[in-house]
Amino acid sequence: MGLLDKQFSDDNIVITTAEDLFNWARLSSLWQVSFGLACCAIEMMATSASHYDFDRFGVIPRPSPRQSDVIIVSGTVTLKMALRIKRLYEQMPDPKYVISMGSCSNCGGPYWEHGYHVLKGVDRVIPVDVYVPGCPPRPEALLEGLMKLQEKIRNESLVKKSA
Amino acid sequence: MKTAEEIHTLLKEKFNDKIIELNSITPVEPFIVVDPLIIHEVCFYLRDDNDLQFNSLMNLSGVDNANGEKKPEVDGSITISGGTLSVVYHLESTELKHKLKIKVFTPRENPEVQSVADVWRCADWHEREAYDLIGINFLNHPDLRRILMPYDWEAGHPLRKDYKNPEFYHGMKVPY
Repeated sequence: MGLLDKQFSDDNIVITTAEDLFNWARLSSLWQVSFGLACCAIEMMATSASHYDFDRFGVIPRPSPRQSDVIIVSGTVTLKMALRIKRLYEQMPDPKYVISMGSCSNCGGPYWEHGYHVLKGVDRVIPVDVYVPGCPPRPEALLEGLMKLQEKIRNESLVKKSA
Repeated sequence: MKTAEEIHTLLKEKFNDKIIELNSITPVEPFIVVDPLIIHEVCFYLRDDNDLQFNSLMNLSGVDNANGEKKPEVDGSITISGGTLSVVYHLESTELKHKLKIKVFTPRENPEVQSVADVWRCADWHEREAYDLIGINFLNHPDLRRILMPYDWEAGHPLRKDYKNPEFYHGMKVPY
């Protein structure tokens, strides 16, 4: 379901539902918090750069969480950083989404047993929408994760609360 | 350029019994063991003496020797009492092209070592790391705070061999 499968009844007029319009607007301009943690952040930056071009999905890094729609947790979440991530997430305006990128952020990764300083999964502090596996995930994998998130937003309802 | 043996002789002349031993058993590189409460003065001498000129501290690290009495606990962990912690100094003279390793040993129960942060400025953060992870107190350090772990970390020093990670930190579950 998108905008363009609806009938054009006249020039410059598109008929759609408010729900579809909002969802389309939201999923087409996911501004991300300009924020990275570890080696995953390098892949995230590569995804933003010209070769993979995150911008074609409307993803632009914003310098403030108050202007952002999505936070990509790209890397090892230490216990020290977890408190800051929680605060960043709380500072974002609704609707807000979380992509957990890489094994560390998904479940602690290689630090799962002896990482005395690592939070074993960012979902212990903030709710995650999409998990991207990999160590680190290639830019293609992150793009796939973003498209999964877009799919999720496309099926959201204004009245029915999701997740 | 001087060998560790020659430097040991020089130090022995100047500081007598505060220089504890020279260890030159191969395959380990030779190192000199120094009293932890004279290391500051020794380092100043090593830096400023014309024949030594150790102008660079390459690394300073803390070590838990875990040579005390080990007591197994019910949960499978161990507690260690007695024994020593140590600090290892790797020095280099970029002028004279020689290197030196120094070790100090300090009791685990009251680990106190003189700070060398005013001899080499880079020692400041290295000593903070050794304090943070091993728990060695550096006397006269300008700013002895944790550097890697959070400031409010209360569970102790993580690289001690008998360290136990807490269940929770600020309401976040720590174990897997």
